Amino acid sequence: MTWNQILQSTQVLLSYLLPTLKVFFYTLVFSMPLGVVVAVIKKIRFKPIAWLTNIYILIMRGTPLMLQIIAVYYAIPMLKLNSSPWIQNLLSGIDVRSDTYQFSALILAFIINYAAYFAEIFRGGIESIPIGQYEAASSLGYTKAQTFFRIILPQVIKRIVPASSNEIITLVKDTALASVVAYPEIFRIAKEQMNFYSSLVPLFVAGLFYFIMNAVLTVALGRLEKALDYYR
Amino acid sequence: MKVLEVNNLSKSFGTLEVIKDISFDVEKGEVVSVIGPSGSGKSTLLRCINQLERVSGGTITICGLDMIQSYEKGKPVYADNKTLRDIKLKMGLIFQNFNLFPHYSVLRNITDAQIHVLKRSKEKAEAVAMELLKQMGLPEKADAYPYQLSGGQQQRVSIARALALDPEILFFDEPTSALDPELTGEILKVIRQLAAKSMTMVIVTHEMAFARDVADKVIFMDQGVIIEQGTPEQVINNPSSERTKMFLSRFEE
Ligand SMILES: Nc1ncnc2c1ncn2[C@@H]1O[C@H](COP(=O)(O)OP(=O)(O)O)[C@@H](O)[C@H]1O
Ligand SMILES: [Mg+2]
Repeated sequence: MTWNQILQSTQVLLSYLLPTLKVFFYTLVFSMPLGVVVAVIKKIRFKPIAWLTNIYILIMRGTPLMLQIIAVYYAIPMLKLNSSPWIQNLLSGIDVRSDTYQFSALILAFIINYAAYFAEIFRGGIESIPIGQYEAASSLGYTKAQTFFRIILPQVIKRIVPASSNEIITLVKDTALASVVAYPEIFRIAKEQMNFYSSLVPLFVAGLFYFIMNAVLTVALGRLEKALDYYR
Repeated sequence: MKVLEVNNLSKSFGTLEVIKDISFDVEKGEVVSVIGPSGSGKSTLLRCINQLERVSGGTITICGLDMIQSYEKGKPVYADNKTLRDIKLKMGLIFQNFNLFPHYSVLRNITDAQIHVLKRSKEKAEAVAMELLKQMGLPEKADAYPYQLSGGQQQRVSIARALALDPEILFFDEPTSALDPELTGEILKVIRQLAAKSMTMVIVTHEMAFARDVADKVIFMDQGVIIEQGTPEQVINNPSSERTKMFLSRFEE
């Protein structure tokens, strides 16, 4: 590749940074709160629900994210092809060729996968808080909600920052899996350009993008960790 | 006036009977020491009174308010939530391992419940907290975090935290057991000061000399029952039961 071609290729790649960031941020913003919900549901005393939650977490963590993305993405087209008429009727409003469908299905797969990982991190965090903290709060007259939000949650957050940071950095790299359903993001475009130019340089450039994003995140999350270091 | 009345209290964990038919009263201004071998149910007794465990039988009354209304099919029916909360606010509990809130400064540990439970203003809460910190000899530690304090200092903060809510009665569960021997003195001194101010207190302790000095009444518990209760002279100096004598003999020399 000539320098000019590299510059051109880099510019094209840069224009696909936004779709990559979209996958990242949508997944993060929805999977974290969902993770809290899953962590809480898992604690419900009604056994069948706790059970279902466990199975969900096992599947999400036990199978490849790439497989999950494909499964979620093709689930509706498959149902449209061969299922009972009333289901077909129900799904007739969904245009599986639209960009909206593509993005929604993709993000859904990412969210439910990452929520399972975050749920496990949150559960570990909540369980690591000594029972004495609940008892002290209770004997001081805090309500259950006050105890959770004022006493427990701040300590949980501090404890889960390192593990969550790992997940977040993995997510940056996992956005490349969106290419498996032809979502146009950096990795997919880099592969196209690799073939077009018969050169590995576009892949290196894409790699550099991921590297820089993660460098920035590592610094930011490190600062957050430091900021929470005022107590032990 | 009776601040605490415990009648026929019992508590089981599954089939394990930990407290068996215990009754005693605490008068206003009275200091009661609870002594006994470990595993005899002293902590469980305090935890039942402080609503950290559900009782299995009997009644508990704090300042005339009944915690347990009745029994249905052998299960206790507790008072409504509002009453339980009112009762809770009449009591303060000091834990063996302090249980301070690590993410709050010393000052905030003492003000937070005042502000969010008692709905006091921040100014008032801080004034109360500073006054208590002075009393505890820790005014310069207001902005420190618990991890920066010694065990003895942490325990004094936890006492201040409980006192800030103006309880009618304070419970101590082995307040010096987690401390190095040279730090127990500062806690015992604080408790003596509180006794001098007629604070009503129930203290579980293994410090026999202290129990004898500070208490108006001593309760000796073993295997979930009260073997003896009476003045320190009666229970510690002239115990009538063999079990009490055996237990106390371990503290001689
Ligand atoms: N949550 C619990 N579940 C089962 N057994 C318990 C529980 N808490 C205490 N016990 C048992 O109750 C007995 C009394 O314990 P405790 O009240 O802590 O005694 P003490 O404070 O006098 O040392 C012990 O045998 C202990 O193992
Ligand atoms: Mg104990």
